[in-house]
Amino acid sequence: MSNNLQLPKAVEDAVLGLDQASRRSFLKASGALVITLSVGILPGANALAAEPSAATGPYPDPDFLKLDTWIVIHPDNTATFFVGKTDGGQGTGTAYRQMMCDELDIAYDKTKLIMGCTDITPDQGGSGGSDGVERDGQTMRRVAAEARRVLLELGSQHLGAPVEMLAVANATIALKSDPAKKVTYAELIGGKRFNVALTGRNVDAATGTAAVKPVGELRVVGQSLKRYDIPTKVDGSLKWAVDMKLPRMVHARNVRPPFAGATLQRIDESSVADVPGFIRVVNRGNYVAVICEREEQAIRAARQLKVEWKRPAAAPFPASSELFAYMRRATPTSTSEPQIQGDPATALAGAKRVVEAEYEVPFQGHTAIGPAHALADPADGQMTIYSNDMKAYGLRDGVAKFLDMPREKVRVVYMDGPQVYGRTAADDAGFEAAFLAKELGRPVRVQWMRDEETAWDTKGPPYVYKLRGGLDDQGKVVALEYDACAVDHAHVGYNEPDTVLIAQLMGRRPARPASGAAATPSVMYAIANRRTTTRVVGLPMTWETPLRTGNLRDPNGPQVTFAFESFIDELAAAAKADPVQFRLDMLEQAKEDGVFRKSRSLAAVRAAAKTYGWDTRPSPRPRGDALRDKVLSGRGIAYTYRSNTIAAVIADVEVNRETGHVWTKRLVCAHDCGLAINPEGLRHTVECGMLHALSRALWEEVQFDNEKVTSVDWASHPTLRHSDTPETIDVVLVNGDPNPNRPDLPHYGAGETSHKPVIAAVANAIYDATGVRLRRPPFRSERVLAALKATIT
Amino acid sequence: MSNVKLHVNGAIREVDVDPSTPLLYVLRNDLDLHGPRFGCGVGQCSVCTVIIDGAAVRSCVMPVSAVRGEITTLEGLAKNGKLHPLQQAWIEEQAAQCGYCQNGQIMTAKALLDKNPNPSDAEIRAAMDGALCRCMTYYRVQAAIKRAVRGTKVAGEAR
Repeated sequence: MSNNLQLPKAVEDAVLGLDQASRRSFLKASGALVITLSVGILPGANALAAEPSAATGPYPDPDFLKLDTWIVIHPDNTATFFVGKTDGGQGTGTAYRQMMCDELDIAYDKTKLIMGCTDITPDQGGSGGSDGVERDGQTMRRVAAEARRVLLELGSQHLGAPVEMLAVANATIALKSDPAKKVTYAELIGGKRFNVALTGRNVDAATGTAAVKPVGELRVVGQSLKRYDIPTKVDGSLKWAVDMKLPRMVHARNVRPPFAGATLQRIDESSVADVPGFIRVVNRGNYVAVICEREEQAIRAARQLKVEWKRPAAAPFPASSELFAYMRRATPTSTSEPQIQGDPATALAGAKRVVEAEYEVPFQGHTAIGPAHALADPADGQMTIYSNDMKAYGLRDGVAKFLDMPREKVRVVYMDGPQVYGRTAADDAGFEAAFLAKELGRPVRVQWMRDEETAWDTKGPPYVYKLRGGLDDQGKVVALEYDACAVDHAHVGYNEPDTVLIAQLMGRRPARPASGAAATPSVMYAIANRRTTTRVVGLPMTWETPLRTGNLRDPNGPQVTFAFESFIDELAAAAKADPVQFRLDMLEQAKEDGVFRKSRSLAAVRAAAKTYGWDTRPSPRPRGDALRDKVLSGRGIAYTYRSNTIAAVIADVEVNRETGHVWTKRLVCAHDCGLAINPEGLRHTVECGMLHALSRALWEEVQFDNEKVTSVDWASHPTLRHSDTPETIDVVLVNGDPNPNRPDLPHYGAGETSHKPVIAAVANAIYDATGVRLRRPPFRSERVLAALKATIT
Repeated sequence: MSNVKLHVNGAIREVDVDPSTPLLYVLRNDLDLHGPRFGCGVGQCSVCTVIIDGAAVRSCVMPVSAVRGEITTLEGLAKNGKLHPLQQAWIEEQAAQCGYCQNGQIMTAKALLDKNPNPSDAEIRAAMDGALCRCMTYYRVQAAIKRAVRGTKVAGEAR
């Protein structure tokens, strides 16, 4: 560590990644030069003495009501932005920079962005819910606009001309009438503080007095700039959370109970005495970890350690093969009030035709490519955690409570890591590293093993659904009943000190388990008579089980949309209607809402059909001679929205009748998230969101006997591969807003919507190809073949 | 512990480790080469891939004492400050999402192109099938490989 710097060297390396010159100027601006503020004194005026070093803590919260917290202008006329978000790989960091550059009037390549470090970036909650661009981006735009306003005032003083006579470009202010008379941002404030207060009751409302630019004046937004992080990820130069090392650091590996609900009886430490580098076993309740000097030693010791466990009195859960039967008969832990519109009972009784179907979705896991990991440093009586936690701020608060330390003594340094999608919102490894570091008084690095991650990560809840729909003699839907049941009792929250796995194993329990939820569909269809009921059930064992539900990329959307949009397809088939036209007819009858979701849904469904080249006909495809073909092909559509973003997906599949193998040859997504900040980055995110769901459609399922997860690696828990990849993916960015050129066109979130409709689109395409309806993913070959054999003769 | 001599990215490096230590931990923890990463520890995902004498090898299951030949890691692909055509193609196609697995994607592709400079689409899919990605960047990764192949061909024709 260097004494004259504000941050320890390790943190500097971790978060800044700046070249030496701009790092020095950043450090100056963030502490070495401090300017007092009082009303009436111009910003950037008098520079005062340095603040004390923050290297050894404590780490108070950055004040989101200070402009200086968000933006630093450096003496070389570059800028660094500080935001309380994280980037799970969708390029949101690049998008944030684009938005802030536009409002500040500075070139993109003259800026840096620092995210998610609890002591130097304002708490915007980290990531989650696909709201970074939608909500937090608005805050970022406002504070950058305020910085520009302040700089214009300073420029006005400097140039002796009113603001109206000034023009700004590339961080330089000039007289409109005489562009040679100019001053740079750096000359006005480089290396100094703005000392401007913002207002707002919370970080999301933080604002200055400047207005953001109208959409028509945005120049950086809308460009497909290349992501700044990718070059460092392809040449191996980026330092990830998993790469962090500190002097005296040791390695830990967990020793998990071999079955759920196990009680520790005895640990035989002598069983690892021969492991070189062995330091100690740490045990608290049913939590066990081994610590060694080197990583491979810790891995060996964790495997070798002899531990005796006692089985619980009763089986902790039914086997996966019995799960849905269990769910159907289980007493709910919570039941929602039925939502009723119109008179569904009478409408169903009077319907020309009633269609009924049940659907099932198994537990599906995150199974991140890189298992959970963190490094914790207990130096100076503080706790610094280097982590890829998408919700770094929550990890800080949770660890402070867990270790009974003041918040100010804990900080989290966010660094890149394997995909998040909700997994790191309950950052088990961060808690474990911090606990072990405190125990040992040395920096401890923890990483989970593959089988541990696949078995014990948080999982998306399984569902059973029952749907009934009535058609009139015109083939129109007159009534629809939707009933959903999810295993979601004790849903794991965000970095809670009593629900993360280590807390559970230590015997900590929340006062009341989270009630969880069973979700309802997100569609704009006009159906006059509806009944919607949901209930949540629990498994026999609530805690210390690997079957713990948490948020997995739109936590319920893929399951719900699978069931609902499959059923809509079944209704269309019963009505002998074209599946696209059937949906458009129901959308046409819908009422418009404040964010134009009706017209935007119509536009998305139409754009998907047009891009695909959809020919209007009912499903299944008339087979005729094709019945003799080995490979049957078909297409299917599904549509949904998430919050304010719309997606319509069409899948084109080939089904091998002899093997049951399904290949999704083509995917089309028409996507509307309002104003696109970075169209190429958006397209890639939409693509990958679809393929992630394709993996859930074709491969993913958590399997277990009645005491442990048995799908624990990439052989027993298969995932989508290169050979499954579609030949063609078309992403069409539509904007169905009635006035897409309006000056305040909002930018909505895009991280999850395209993930929702894919399982249904594939199921509908399989039906179109084969006439066989699959009501339970994943559609692995053996399940498809069995269904084909049972149906096609 | 014993001394093991490794040829890595054009240099000779000596480490004092247990000879059974998987190469992955030596590269990452002793030699500070972080391109290869831990993904599964059982040779199933390719995140830890390095190239040894032209072959893509899963370093998580390769004992360091069993290594024979020249090791190339992701850090060793660029030559004289110039990125390898695959790395350049990766940037052009913006192939990564989180990027954690991309070492395995790039190194597996490198081993493929070194053996077969002009693979068909089917050959690319087959050769890459063991390189897993949970962000599902496969479509762009395949596009990047095709772009690198075209680039290689153009450069070859120019010569």
